[in-house]
Amino acid sequence: MSKKNSILSSNAFYTLISIIIGFIVGALLLSFAKINPMVAYKQLFNGIFGKPKFMAWCLIYAAPLIFTGLSVAFSFKTGVFNIGAEGQFVVGTLTACVIGILIKAPAIIHIPLCFIGAALAGGIWGAIVGILKIKKGVNEVLSYIMFNWIAFYLSNFVVNLTVIHKEGGGEATKDIADTARILAPKAVIAATGASAANWGFILAILFAIIVWFIINRTTLGFKLRAVGFSNSAAEYAGIDTGKSFLTAMAFSGALAGIGGAIHLMGMSGRIPQFAGQEGYGFQGITVALIASSNPIACIFAGIFYGAMKYGGGKLSLVNAPSEVVDIIMGIIILFIAISSLFRNLFMNHGKKGAV
Amino acid sequence: MDIAVKMQDIVKKFGDFVANDGINLTVRKGEVHAILGENGAGKSTLMNILYGLYHPTSGKIFIDGKETTIGTPQKAIDLGIGMVHQHFMLIPPFSVTENIVLGMEDTKGVVLDLKKSREKIVELSKRYGLSVDPDAKIEDISVGMQQRVEIIKVLYRGANTLILDEPTASLTPQEIVELMDIIKSLTKDGKSVILITHKLKEIKTCADSCTIIRHGKYIDTVDVKVTSESELAAMMVGRDVSFSVEKEKREPGEVVLEVKDLCAKDYRKVDILKSLSISVRRGEIVGIAGVDGNGQSELVEILTGLKKADSGSVSILGKNAFNVTPRQSFDMGITSIPEDRQKHGLVLDFSVAENLILQNFEKEPFSKSGILNDKNIEAHANKLIEKFDIRPKDSAKKAAKTLSGGNQQKVIIAREVTNDSDLLIAVNPTRGLDVGAIEFVHKYLVEQRNKNKAVLLVSFELDEIMNLSDRIEVIFDGQITGEVMGEYADEKELGLLMAGGKKDE
Repeated sequence: MSKKNSILSSNAFYTLISIIIGFIVGALLLSFAKINPMVAYKQLFNGIFGKPKFMAWCLIYAAPLIFTGLSVAFSFKTGVFNIGAEGQFVVGTLTACVIGILIKAPAIIHIPLCFIGAALAGGIWGAIVGILKIKKGVNEVLSYIMFNWIAFYLSNFVVNLTVIHKEGGGEATKDIADTARILAPKAVIAATGASAANWGFILAILFAIIVWFIINRTTLGFKLRAVGFSNSAAEYAGIDTGKSFLTAMAFSGALAGIGGAIHLMGMSGRIPQFAGQEGYGFQGITVALIASSNPIACIFAGIFYGAMKYGGGKLSLVNAPSEVVDIIMGIIILFIAISSLFRNLFMNHGKKGAV
Repeated sequence: MDIAVKMQDIVKKFGDFVANDGINLTVRKGEVHAILGENGAGKSTLMNILYGLYHPTSGKIFIDGKETTIGTPQKAIDLGIGMVHQHFMLIPPFSVTENIVLGMEDTKGVVLDLKKSREKIVELSKRYGLSVDPDAKIEDISVGMQQRVEIIKVLYRGANTLILDEPTASLTPQEIVELMDIIKSLTKDGKSVILITHKLKEIKTCADSCTIIRHGKYIDTVDVKVTSESELAAMMVGRDVSFSVEKEKREPGEVVLEVKDLCAKDYRKVDILKSLSISVRRGEIVGIAGVDGNGQSELVEILTGLKKADSGSVSILGKNAFNVTPRQSFDMGITSIPEDRQKHGLVLDFSVAENLILQNFEKEPFSKSGILNDKNIEAHANKLIEKFDIRPKDSAKKAAKTLSGGNQQKVIIAREVTNDSDLLIAVNPTRGLDVGAIEFVHKYLVEQRNKNKAVLLVSFELDEIMNLSDRIEVIFDGQITGEVMGEYADEKELGLLMAGGKKDE
């Protein structure tokens, strides 16, 4: 294949084009709203790169998104669409929060305990959907979405329990114990100026590498990918496809659950009563799509989304709605989704090859 | 006779690769025109150009004497060109009727009028003797019936020129005869049929002229009546080809597979296997001859663990193998070359190297403590690519879907033969392959037999069964209805048995 064709066939090329189109469409919409897009984008840019502190905040925002992105990417690789990362994220956060409030332990025990609890909660949340799919043939997309809402109301229920709820008003839980926080050393916080600088981003990179390794270099990953690509051929080759789906869905759920714990233990420190779904799980779908389900690319896609989320929050300073960011992200996903169309156009049906 | 289709100096390039290099094709009205060439020779590319799926890089196309650019399949259909693809373009969860009318549905207002469409389909199917169940879902019917659905789909669209890409690959001898009759009645109507095939015998029996393509280049167009099969074969591959299979005589040894009184139901809960018994011994190839749909697929599915039987017994080397899982079946010594190589044989998105270890990835040297050893996996792949002549030579890391059909089959055979199990089951192992590749597959089946393995061959190709088998078992209506020793096999007798007739004692 010539160099030109290898560029035209690569996912990264179309992702880049989709991002550019996303910004162009965003600019058009801003113009309709009588806001100078150059001013808004300059504000967005400065909001992200203006100070080291801003960039640190982007990484803080990115960490949980990388986890939900990994969760969804992992599910894509194994032939499942984990649209339930949202609920798994919530139960992960909730479990870590309960452990963080109720249990007293030194940090060296307390932190792993929170993570294990969150991973188990997310994993079980995903596995229930898996069991329903395998044993009863329930469509997983349906039950994932229902379990998102179950997680949502469960969280609001637990938040309002007396032992958990913040004393003296406020629609949130108590703060978790300091021994359950994963904040960066004081010197780092001082240097970056970001009060919530934490280990989340480092853990996200670590987990991206672990997930990449499991998918590509282990027999487990081989099995899961085989089932994901061709259920029938995998079954024929003697792979237990039901067990594979269950494993994949539980593992995917655990990743989202850990993402929830990272968000809580690194950034928020408590859970508010939700008015609506927070969207970390759904944003994970965007991250996974931008990353073409590549775990390593999820790091960069997560940073991109985190930066857009953080920088977008400052658009109000120039009277531009921060929702512009959501629109841009939506357009990007739309164009990534239809990129195979462009690929065929550009390559003049060449992809089908000679028969 | 008038000219229906004329393609002149067609060139098609994919990047640097030239798939068609100056090909000429002239199809007259009312004739059967065969296109002959090995896999990858460029036949399908040429037909895809005629059907509007590809745009030629250069060259001219004339339909009914008028120069035209086709561009889209819709335009091709409007011009009266219909195509039946080798790999079916059907939607599995839809019914036969829904698949046929897709894109040109009859409607009452905005509501689908499937009843009216169904009537038309039943009429077509009766007229041409293409038996289909218009209400069955595609995913539930046999490969043979799917093919018939595809043919009806084209007829339903009123094509004047029919392109049939390997149309007989999955049909039984009887069905092939019927298809030949259909083709004859079509040509009598003044319609033209373009037949893409590797089967020289079919070209001889039903084609009027034949265009030969080799490595994308136009070789010649010949009058079939005055050209022999071996001349055609030589033009196609560029060398002389041997048709017969060399096979030394052997005494079969101990019984490897013993199936007794096996009963099972098909997807409709209808009895499909009715107390079937069969055995295969070491050092013999047992061929199962029969018309598609008489229980052969179900028998193989039960042996390989994809389907459960209701009663009976199955044993491998004396050990109970009744209703095993696919894994257990493999571990007990059964390997198979599946009927549908793209669905069951390969994970198409996996690389060739990954496909070659599909059953063995958890064993050393391919992995250790759950970690894959890429170096060993690739070395293994390169060894098999060399030994089994899988092309292209650097395909170890390429996705299996990028390989031609013949080479995909070589990957499966390389894997299953290397597994070195006691029983090898091969189901239509040469479906859609060209003469060279068929020679290759047959060679390896015989080699397994000569290595004192048991081979069970299920095939709709009577020639293949007769050429390879030491013993032929005829299956009809879920039972073995006759046994013939390979050397005494006679096509007529087998045909009679396959149709449910009794053997003269």
